[in-house]
Amino acid sequence: MTAPAFVPYLLHTLFPPNTHRPTEIGADVMMGLGMGYLVYWLTRHRKWGWLWRDWLTTVDHKKIGTMYLIAAILMLFRGGVDALMMRVNLAMPHAPFIGPEEYNEVFTTHGVIMIFFMAMPFIFALFNAVIPLMIGARDVAFPRLNAVSFWLFAFAAALFNLAFVVGGAPNVGWTAYPPLTELHFNPGVGTNYLLVSLLISGIGTTITGINFLVTVLRMRAPGMTLMRMPMFAWAALNTSVLILFAFPPLTVALLMTLLDRLAHTAFFTLSHGGMPMMYVNLFWLFGHPEVYIVALPAYGVFSEVVPTFSGKRLFGYTSMVVSMAAIMVLSYGVWAHHFFTMGAGAAVNAFFGISTMLIAIPTGVKIFNWIFTMWGGRIRFTTAMLYVMGFIPTFTIGGATGMFLATVPADYQVHNSYFLVAHFHNVLIGGTVFGLLAGMYYWWPKMFGYRLDERQGKLAFWLFLIGFWITFGPQYLLGFKGMPRRMWTYPAGHGWHLLNVISTAGAFVMGAGFLVLVYNVLWSMRHGERDASGDPWNGRTLEWSLPSPAPEYNFARIPTVSSLDAWWAMKQTGQGRGRGAAALRLRPQDIHAIELPRNTGYPFFLGAAFFVLGFGLVFSWWVIALLGLAGVWAALAYAWFDHDQHKHMRADEIRRIEASMGRLPA
Amino acid sequence: MSLPLGTSEEPLPIRFADEPAHHLAGVPLEFADEEQSLKITGFWMVLVTDLLIFASLFASYAVYRPMVAAGPSGAQLFGLGSAIAETLFLLTSSFTVGIAVWYMRRGNQRAMIGWIVLTLLLGAGFLGLELHEFAVDIARGASWQTSAFLSSFFLLVSTHGAHVLFGILWAVGIVVQVLRRGLNAVTARKVYTFSLYWHFLDIIWVFIFTVVYLGAKIA
Amino acid sequence: MTQRRWSRGSIGPAGGSSARRILAGAVVAALGMLASGCGRQYVLLHPVGPVGHSELRLMLLAGGAMAVVILFVCVLLAIAAVRFRDRQGRRAPYVPDWHQSRILESIWFIIPVLIVAIIAVPTVRQTYALAQVPQARKPLVVDVTSLSWKWFFEYPSAHVATVNHLVLPVGKPVLFELTADSAMNTFWVPQLGGMEYTMPGEVLPLWLQADHTGVYWGHSSNFSGLQFEKMFFSVKVVSASGFSSWVRQTRRSDPALTAAAYRRLRAFGTTGTATYSGYPSGSFPKVTHRFTLTGGQYVPAVRGYGQMQMGMAGSGGTMPAGRP
Repeated sequence: MTAPAFVPYLLHTLFPPNTHRPTEIGADVMMGLGMGYLVYWLTRHRKWGWLWRDWLTTVDHKKIGTMYLIAAILMLFRGGVDALMMRVNLAMPHAPFIGPEEYNEVFTTHGVIMIFFMAMPFIFALFNAVIPLMIGARDVAFPRLNAVSFWLFAFAAALFNLAFVVGGAPNVGWTAYPPLTELHFNPGVGTNYLLVSLLISGIGTTITGINFLVTVLRMRAPGMTLMRMPMFAWAALNTSVLILFAFPPLTVALLMTLLDRLAHTAFFTLSHGGMPMMYVNLFWLFGHPEVYIVALPAYGVFSEVVPTFSGKRLFGYTSMVVSMAAIMVLSYGVWAHHFFTMGAGAAVNAFFGISTMLIAIPTGVKIFNWIFTMWGGRIRFTTAMLYVMGFIPTFTIGGATGMFLATVPADYQVHNSYFLVAHFHNVLIGGTVFGLLAGMYYWWPKMFGYRLDERQGKLAFWLFLIGFWITFGPQYLLGFKGMPRRMWTYPAGHGWHLLNVISTAGAFVMGAGFLVLVYNVLWSMRHGERDASGDPWNGRTLEWSLPSPAPEYNFARIPTVSSLDAWWAMKQTGQGRGRGAAALRLRPQDIHAIELPRNTGYPFFLGAAFFVLGFGLVFSWWVIALLGLAGVWAALAYAWFDHDQHKHMRADEIRRIEASMGRLPA
Repeated sequence: MSLPLGTSEEPLPIRFADEPAHHLAGVPLEFADEEQSLKITGFWMVLVTDLLIFASLFASYAVYRPMVAAGPSGAQLFGLGSAIAETLFLLTSSFTVGIAVWYMRRGNQRAMIGWIVLTLLLGAGFLGLELHEFAVDIARGASWQTSAFLSSFFLLVSTHGAHVLFGILWAVGIVVQVLRRGLNAVTARKVYTFSLYWHFLDIIWVFIFTVVYLGAKIA
Repeated sequence: MTQRRWSRGSIGPAGGSSARRILAGAVVAALGMLASGCGRQYVLLHPVGPVGHSELRLMLLAGGAMAVVILFVCVLLAIAAVRFRDRQGRRAPYVPDWHQSRILESIWFIIPVLIVAIIAVPTVRQTYALAQVPQARKPLVVDVTSLSWKWFFEYPSAHVATVNHLVLPVGKPVLFELTADSAMNTFWVPQLGGMEYTMPGEVLPLWLQADHTGVYWGHSSNFSGLQFEKMFFSVKVVSASGFSSWVRQTRRSDPALTAAAYRRLRAFGTTGTATYSGYPSGSFPKVTHRFTLTGGQYVPAVRGYGQMQMGMAGSGGTMPAGRP
């Protein structure tokens, strides 16, 4: 191709019409300004070295957790803006705010971002921030792989978000059912972005699953048997198993779609014997366990928050463990309930309907156990506890509408209607998001050394809860009025308008809740109450035995555990009554030198190389893809040949640090 | 290797530096070190996910088998000859990598490397045969664009082939490391995990041979 | 060919200005939503056929059982929150180590089991029942093909075809055989009963029946691309004699659909309604294997998809983007 023809071609490919609409340009400008300011700030304060040494190359699980949290909140913002754009459009169908092209992109990115780039990293943020601290470990099993997971996720998220600036966003829905995703129906690169970025982040997620599975199985403090583990550690264990078994079918489904698009294979085509139904099966074989991948950690958070703020041991610990495992196992046997109406036949539908209903049993057990943990306790209504109080009724209603959908003939009527939309937001917001926010408020002092302001936090909670019900209550009714999901606009005459207007108003209330949340974080960074004791809530598990934030090595001396709620027991019994340092009774001679993982830059480069590889694949620019692949190999080879992976911390250095935190007599 | 399920044994996460690495009597080099032992556990989990990838591919293949469209069916396309030859190459290489680990356990580095190199040569032979088979199929007009059946066949078999290729490159890297550093806990663990990986690929191939090649002849 | 514009704004009152509606909405939000549950626009609650009725009965059963559970949980939670709140002058006992009760745990294991059983038994019964077209009367067969972004209906017994509108006889079961010559959609007439997917490569059955004459509406419920929201169709239910006279009228006065016209119909885009007195023989696929009451697959080659896909290049733009 000659140079003058090449340039317009390049411009057209990189910046097709759907990347220069007002909203896109506005977002570009905002992102540009944000990045520009970041670069300016880093340069002005000479922070580049700090950024590289302390963050980009870190293998410390606590810092990785912080980075996951920042990413998750940024993505919550992006996904939330998408949601508001949709809601505005549906509130004014006669003078639409955005057209169908943009609406279809927005509902797709909303789904993908909220599930894969908001909920997942938020969960990993909490896992990273507290799981090693809870089980008395100095780090995760594979600290470097932990960094690899993060950077694969981060670069995949960057690639996905690049789509609406360069090349055009995907517009096929987060489920991406073929044959709509085939080239014939969907030319352009948007769908490639979706497939490639999910494949890359899927690798990172799988590694995280392996990492936390091995961490929880093999790195617990002496004496902490499985049945003495905190419930959140159980949640991490079950979630990791789910990840291990759920992501392979997704990988295969996405790979097949990508091959259809890039290599013209015939998996899901209309011609040559392609079979779109195969994708649907593989996708939901992943998709349903994924629901529990994001729900079980929330259950884990609630099982920590309720006992702490009730000042009472978790009710029915054993049945909590068993029911969580039961949910984990059952979740693999229900995937076909996502497509009762695809003609599988009465026998299959009846089987999957009942298996779905069975999940209500362990879930019911958990709900009652939480309530009876409060029963006879002394309940302190902190922000984290309020999220539990909001969660229980909200999630019960979400579960009840789930039973409704599991009733096969009823599902025939409400499948893919707004009833369904309301249901899964009911469980995903009422369950997962409330759980993650509760966890964030609960562990924030441990992560950063200060509390989030409670009054602002409670305001944000009430805005979220009330906004949630104003948004999604009417959507159930829209389902009964026969409104299908994913319509960018609708005609008059079905009585859909008023309910949509109410729903949109609710969405803005939730948006206000998000703003209060962000303000809460920013305000508390400056004015938040410092947590000097390390145990601000009178906690029960080992992470509260450490100073806030925990030092790099976590435990100067690995504790020995003799019961459930190890820290609570230490505070009650002979190891010394009292909070914080007093209960630990650390002596200088207990402290030895510690071997810690050394920082490394290869995970960052590996992520960057995958980004280049992915970008090349998206545009079918094979040279760029090969360059990226070479970079991946280079990073892997570097990792393989790097045998110097540890650094040592001397005992006197640790004693000095502990003394400076008041944990040792100086 | 036993997981400390529900026991109170002491899984010290990261070794105290001023303690000597505890070499337990009778425990192989790669398990004696806590960190290497963790990595072996982790590698088993990698194999679990990889197994699930292949399970998904096998399930898809089973569904797509009748979807031949205008292309050839398995019975028309596959010859058992090259499949049997490939099987022999790979089964033998699984045996040789086993011998390599046997020598490693006895601290015989040279013999171990020799048997690994032989393993890789057999693996390369397998790949050569497979690529030749693919080339013949494609020359007969049976590529993965021909039909959904062939798409799933090529995806399943070439995913396995890509794993073999990755294994070869990985093992070359390990041999270089052993030559440079000798056998220690780290390099021994790498050889051991490679052998697990290689046996795993062999088992997958047995299923491919049975389901794809023999299955086509029976059906 | 008769091209009739079909007005979608045929059901329900049009309502006032947006501002007034927002104001009204704010006032009556909670109460109004409940009260308006009886409105005719809640089409799922006002089915006009036996399928929709049995689906509604199950919805009411599940909804009722669930309402009991929700109420129970909420009351229990409220009592716990009020009684055991940490405050001055509280009289409830504090029992920090009470963490087990076999009786209580058994009770809340059994409650969900019972509720699941109550819902599961009729669910299974109805699932099987609805999979069978009633044997007593021979159903009318309608072959449905979803296209990018319109519906194509064939009546094999009468050999007439329609686009975006259906005419059905009252009181007679109708067996819809569903497929797609496009991306996936679902065929859904909420007032008659539940939906079913239309998928390329498969034919799925769905039977429905209307017990009252009238004009109803249907829509696709599965997103299928740019103009998906235009996939409305009307369902006119007429008397048995009205139906036969409609068939006679159509066969007399409407043109037949040619193969070329069908190819044009397949192209991406929307269209109004149309009625044809015939259609090309290959336009609905022959199921070649595995056809049961639950549906079956066909070999798409029968239908000549290959050529059609080639022919689409002009209208749909199959040019893959990004080949330097």
